[in-house]
Amino acid sequence: MIHTSHFTAVVFFALFASTVFGITQRETPRRMFRYGVYCFTLFVSSAIVISWVMFLIAR
Amino acid sequence: MYERAHPASTPRFPPLAAAQFIPAVPFPAPCSLTTASMLYSQKGMATPPVKTAPGPNPQQGFVYLPLIAGWLFPGAGHFLLRKWGRGALLAASIIGMFAMGLAMKGKIYTGAQDILDMLGFVGDLGTGLLFFLSRVFSLGADQVQVTTGDYGTKFIVVAGLLNVIAAVDAHNLRTGRKPQ
Repeated sequence: MIHTSHFTAVVFFALFASTVFGITQRETPRRMFRYGVYCFTLFVSSAIVISWVMFLIAR
Repeated sequence: MYERAHPASTPRFPPLAAAQFIPAVPFPAPCSLTTASMLYSQKGMATPPVKTAPGPNPQQGFVYLPLIAGWLFPGAGHFLLRKWGRGALLAASIIGMFAMGLAMKGKIYTGAQDILDMLGFVGDLGTGLLFFLSRVFSLGADQVQVTTGDYGTKFIVVAGLLNVIAAVDAHNLRTGRKPQ
C-alpha cells in the first residue's frame, strides 16, 4: 500500500490521463506530444488554482 | 509566347502550370502543331498523382477485433495494428493507473446498489481483464477505509474509462476513420 499526498496523486493522474489523451486525440507523434504536454499542464495548473481558491474561500 | 503561337488549338493553362509541362516535341515547335500531337510529361506537375498509402485494407477481416482486444487488455488493439509504441504507452499508462489505484486501497465495485455504484461499476468494467482478475484474486478494497482509498477508487474508474477511449481509438485506426 502506498500513501500519496494529494498533489502526488494529481501529478500521477495528470501524467497517465494526458498520455492517453495525447495518443488518442491527435494523429502525428509531434502533435500527440504537444497535446499531451498541454493536457498535463492544464490538469496540474487547474488543480493548483482550484486549491488556492478553496483555501481562500475557507478562510 | 507559347499561347500566342497557338491561340486556338492549345488548352489554356495557368501560367505556372503551363510552364511546368514539358512537351515531347523539341522547341522550336512547328507552326502546324496541334493539341492532339502534343505529348506531355507528368514530370514536375503542380499536383502529383495521388498515391494510396500502403496498409491493411479496412474492409478485410473482423473490424471489431482491435476494439475487443483493446478493451480486454490495454494497448492490445494498437498492438494488433502494429502500433507498438502507442500500444506500449497506452498499456503502461492504463495498467499503471489501475495498479496505483489498487495500491492506494481503492474500491472495486462489485454490484449496483444505487446509481453512483452503477456508474462506478461501468467504469471499472472498462478495464476488461484487469477487472476480472482483480475480482478473482480479491484485489482492492470492499470499503474505503483510508483517505487515499478514495483517490484509488477514482484511479481505478478513470483507468477503465481511459481504456475504453484507447479501444475506440484502435477501432478508428482499423476502420480508417483515423489516419494511421
